[in-house]
Amino acid sequence: MVDAAFLALSVITIGSAIAALELRSMIYGSMALMGTLGGIAGFFLLLDSPFIAMFQIAVYVGSIAVLILFTVMLVKRELIFKKIEDPRRKFAGIGLMLILMMGLGSIIIDSGLRTIQTNEPAVDFRDIGEDFLTYYWPALILMALILAGAVTGALVLARREDVEDEQRAN
Amino acid sequence: MSNELIDFVIVSIALLGIGIYGLSVKRNAIRMLFAVEIIINAANLNLVAFARFIPHSGGQTLALFSIAIAAAEVAVGLSLIIVAYRMYQNIDIADFRSLKG
Repeated sequence: MVDAAFLALSVITIGSAIAALELRSMIYGSMALMGTLGGIAGFFLLLDSPFIAMFQIAVYVGSIAVLILFTVMLVKRELIFKKIEDPRRKFAGIGLMLILMMGLGSIIIDSGLRTIQTNEPAVDFRDIGEDFLTYYWPALILMALILAGAVTGALVLARREDVEDEQRAN
Repeated sequence: MSNELIDFVIVSIALLGIGIYGLSVKRNAIRMLFAVEIIINAANLNLVAFARFIPHSGGQTLALFSIAIAAAEVAVGLSLIIVAYRMYQNIDIADFRSLKG
């Protein structure tokens, strides 16, 4: 049986995921996306992995959601409030979602995952740090390079070439 | 702990379904990015849940890598959307027809 915290978190997460996609204003939509990301962080806390939960809050709720919010603010006002979607595709999309959920859900419920329970202690976050610095160190360095490259690439892409430096100074 | 593995997997399936619905129905580029974020978070939830029930630190390490790569992906995706918006004055992906710079 699930406990009350799990139920509340799943209602918050799934409800705000639907709201993020369906709310008319994209600003409220990105705030609802923050709710989804925060709800996932709550699930990580329920799963006894506080380190991942803090990482999720710092990276997703703290930076990605704010980045999305600022991008939404750069877009024209009437585009923020306009709903752009194919009405014919909407029912097909809802059908696809339901078929996917029911198909995957019935497979998962029938499988042996149902009986898995654990009483073992949770993974200590010191093990994660040790993993990072021993077995996964090439991946860690590669990840740092990818992040640096991505940020530099984003800056280069978003730079305006038609604006001269004197205009920038003014 | 009172929650079982299957509960977390079912929440993750629901989030995956919502994300695929968003990707297939919406034509707004920023909303499609929202849907991608929701799918990535469903995957991360699965990773951490399985790592908790097979007590092993590998799943949590992989989840951390996945979060960091997703951050890089969002930065590049948003700047691509800004470039396309500057070029077409619109964020409808049906308008992004030519790749010419």
